[in-house]
Amino acid sequence: MNGGQDLGGMMGLGPIQGIDERGVFHGRWESRVLAINVAVGAAGCWNIDMSRHAREAIPPAEYMTSKYYVIWLKALERLTVEKGLLTADELELGKALTPPRPVKTVMKAADVAPSLARGWPADRPAASEPLFAPGDAVRMKNMHPSGHTRLPRYVRGRLGTVKRVHGFHVFPDSNAAGKGEDPHWLYCVSFNGRELWGADGDPATDVSVDAWEPYLERA
Amino acid sequence: MSHLSDVELRVRALESVLVEKGYVEPATIDAIVQTYESEIGPKNGAAVVARSWLDPQFAAWLKRDATAAIASLGFSGRGGEHMVACFNTPEEHNLVVCTLCSCYPWPVLGLPPTWYKSPPYRSRAVMDPRGVLAEFGVALPAETRIRIWDSTSEMRYLVIPMRPAGTEGWSEAELAAIVTRDSMIGTAVVTAEAVRA
Repeated sequence: MNGGQDLGGMMGLGPIQGIDERGVFHGRWESRVLAINVAVGAAGCWNIDMSRHAREAIPPAEYMTSKYYVIWLKALERLTVEKGLLTADELELGKALTPPRPVKTVMKAADVAPSLARGWPADRPAASEPLFAPGDAVRMKNMHPSGHTRLPRYVRGRLGTVKRVHGFHVFPDSNAAGKGEDPHWLYCVSFNGRELWGADGDPATDVSVDAWEPYLERA
Repeated sequence: MSHLSDVELRVRALESVLVEKGYVEPATIDAIVQTYESEIGPKNGAAVVARSWLDPQFAAWLKRDATAAIASLGFSGRGGEHMVACFNTPEEHNLVVCTLCSCYPWPVLGLPPTWYKSPPYRSRAVMDPRGVLAEFGVALPAETRIRIWDSTSEMRYLVIPMRPAGTEGWSEAELAAIVTRDSMIGTAVVTAEAVRA
């Protein structure tokens, strides 16, 4: 969706703040949000693409002015209710009013290290041959889905070059919508600064994005 | 009441009710916080960089299959399931961003700094990288090309900075000590002065 998360090329957002900042959390609540997100994510009621979509569904003005862990908090509140883990009243009160729903896994403290080390790989066994190869000229589709997509606006319709074939990966557009993983070939596609930004672009820069095959057209 | 206390109360409410309903365990939350506060961080990435500076075979492996090369040093998993190493050269400087959210190579760099997730960095890194680098105090020669990696998938990018002059004969640990977090994002270069000056 063309939401507040799709920031590439936006202007007027001011200087970069906190360049010298140290430490990963600012206050205990940030660390709790991060950890709750990891722990409840492991319950298996939603996937990473659904999480990202819940964050980008926050209205743009609110998204752009929220602290990052507040964005995560709002998405967690939305997903826990949407997926039936909690009711809105329970969130409001911080108290259980209904019995829990069954979940796949409740992460134990002893599972933390092994499960983080294993991670959640996104590659799947290939079910087709890749349509494109490194060096191929490709154009990004001009598309504006109202659901989740990982094709940023600033590359849509632009001409690029395939740099590498990453593998056969879960397709976020489908996975976020609960329509299954629908894996596709994933490519690294590179664009010159002039192609992206016209005469205002720097020809000595190249930007690459990772793009799934359904985003590409042969140029 | 400040906005922050409202947020703190909401976080507390969320955690309590998730715990009460048995979906999460407080000890698990504590273990995750502990992991990202003190165990997983940029020292992991610095070890990868230092090894690549000293061992050409490791550097070649890192170029070919970064996920496996990095895993051989014990760093793998969440947020770094699929790794690519981007080697800086005198001709090309690499810079990593996630314009759409906050994708960042957790196993080697830990959690991202606030600025990396912020709208000013995410909006401008792809359009005005030299301006962004200037804000970080980095001025590259005009002839150095900049390659920006927008992390739009589950691939994660680690910049391998150039080894600075004046570090000949240094040990792996001494080299790792001068490799900063920002140099592995691409918003800094590594200098020898940091520890030896």
